[in-house]
Amino acid sequence: MPALSGGQHKSAWSPGFWAAFVICAMVLVLAVPLLNSWVPKDSSAALPDYLVPLLGKYLCYALLALSLDLIWGYAGILSLGHGAFFALGGYCMGMYLMRQIGTRGVYGNPLLPDFMVFLNWKELPWFWWGFDHFAYAAAMVVLVPGLLALVFGWLAFRSRVTGVYLSIITQAMTYALMLAFFRNDMGFGGNNGMTDYKDILGWDVHQPSTRLGLYIASVMALGLGYICCRFITTSKLGRVLLALRDAEGRLRFLGYSVTNAKLLVFTVSAVLAGIAGALYVPQVGIINPSEFSPGNSIEIAIWVSVGGRGTLVGAIVGAVLVNSAKTWLTGAAPETWLFVLGALFVVTTLVFPRGIVGLLRRPIRIRAQAAAPVPAGEQA
Amino acid sequence: MKTATRLTDALLYLDGVTVSFDGFKALNDLSLVVEEGELRTIIGPNGAGKTTMMDVVTGKTRPDSGEVFFRGTADLSRLDEAEIANLGIGRKFQRPTVFENLTVLENLELALAGSRGTWKTLFAHLTSERRDRIAATLARIGLGEQSGQPAGALSHGQKQWLEIGMLLIHDRTLLLLDEPVAGMTDRETEATAELILDLAKDRSIVVVEHDMAFVRSLGARVTVLHEGSVLAEGSIDHVQNHQRVIEVYLGR
Repeated sequence: MPALSGGQHKSAWSPGFWAAFVICAMVLVLAVPLLNSWVPKDSSAALPDYLVPLLGKYLCYALLALSLDLIWGYAGILSLGHGAFFALGGYCMGMYLMRQIGTRGVYGNPLLPDFMVFLNWKELPWFWWGFDHFAYAAAMVVLVPGLLALVFGWLAFRSRVTGVYLSIITQAMTYALMLAFFRNDMGFGGNNGMTDYKDILGWDVHQPSTRLGLYIASVMALGLGYICCRFITTSKLGRVLLALRDAEGRLRFLGYSVTNAKLLVFTVSAVLAGIAGALYVPQVGIINPSEFSPGNSIEIAIWVSVGGRGTLVGAIVGAVLVNSAKTWLTGAAPETWLFVLGALFVVTTLVFPRGIVGLLRRPIRIRAQAAAPVPAGEQA
Repeated sequence: MKTATRLTDALLYLDGVTVSFDGFKALNDLSLVVEEGELRTIIGPNGAGKTTMMDVVTGKTRPDSGEVFFRGTADLSRLDEAEIANLGIGRKFQRPTVFENLTVLENLELALAGSRGTWKTLFAHLTSERRDRIAATLARIGLGEQSGQPAGALSHGQKQWLEIGMLLIHDRTLLLLDEPVAGMTDRETEATAELILDLAKDRSIVVVEHDMAFVRSLGARVTVLHEGSVLAEGSIDHVQNHQRVIEVYLGR
């Protein structure tokens, strides 16, 4: 009998895995503060302050990509609206940060954020209540994307909307939200969004130490998100997901509820995306409706496919690499970036459909896969 | 379970079932009864409604009219695929459909009888008793050596066997097999007939098949479908000498 046998794969949580995981986490947690604060500023090894939130931002993107890989790579659900869950998490955090400004805003109103004063609003709308408490805002970061995913997913999966049709309605969802959030009377700052944050949990968001703290929080969120996804994908539910990705109808005849399985991972995925958005906002200092734009959501799918679908690690690698390239290229030759991004996607799909991580893993699995046809899920 | 009156003692009971697609009647007032423990073969020319009948029983297609009952109490026309599967009705499709990206072992693990709840599958672990059942099934379908291979790497015949193994391990009361020997070699066909006869000892089986030699080797009661309803029923010799059956099969 092969080593993998039912329930949790034994090999998934081997000491070797934990060692690699802890080493990666320690490097990410220790290296950045070390190079940033302890190495003398003029040393060539020093990490300049501006890079800390940038790295933190990449990690938020990595968590977002991870959340998409969970549903796309394993359950075959290609959401092209995952940016919406990210943005909603971000807005919840943005609302908390706006309430923390208090009387330090331009208009000095203790209760209303500047944009509301500007619009001549007299009182705080009901949906802003409670956002001055961090715990409440944190709960909303999880609940708002989670509930939207639950309702949206229930409607879509119950009606057996799959494949490209599901992708299209997720695009429509994020587009509709973008249009809604652009409106001033929605009460979320219209097209300017929310910015000029002062502090988070009492710490000044502009202080390098706060930024290091946010960076470390992002590392931890990514680590926990990864463990959570790995737990799901290596459980029996993970096999159910792979089975429904390849032959959904067949799985129903085995007595499994395809709707419930999809709904569970879709909701978990949306919650992870929301958490990523909430960590992203204080590090970049702004949230506005452009985060809902359909293009953003498509970009997430590119990160995942470049890194390697259905590998989890690939999503992280893809998000960090593509975004590093984007940062560098939009500085060096901004007009070429979109062409490069498009080319990257085409080349990945045609030349190495398993992505970077899939390419590296291939030699190990080649014997088992040799006679296997290209998995049905591989064609997007 | 609601205490509906038992309409019939039969395991599977179809009465007056009609299904039409855009005016075409795939099933036309079909009535069919399968008893507990029975092995039944169903034959019929293309378009006779054999696959549609299976679709109705397994919840894939809703009948326009008529009654479909399992064990006399469960109204199959109101349940979905998963609910019907959990009542104990298993189905093997015409084209072998196994989960190609999962290993042979994992395919059997998913089919193994047990809770199908989504939360339960998240925290499921395989007890040694269940692992033994998988090992026993692997031996029975002759795929012990392939257990770690992705199912996509199996030959056509092996996939058919794996699929039968998946039905076997689920403890179904009623198995519906749609052309189980399609595309098999003579040797594989023979072995499959033996396997089905062996399985029929402790469950009811309905086999839809074209291969008359295979149908004969099963030696079971035969139902002939034609244009969505039953044309003849009886032993293989009876139906092969039936005047209408000869007309339908050989043309008038």
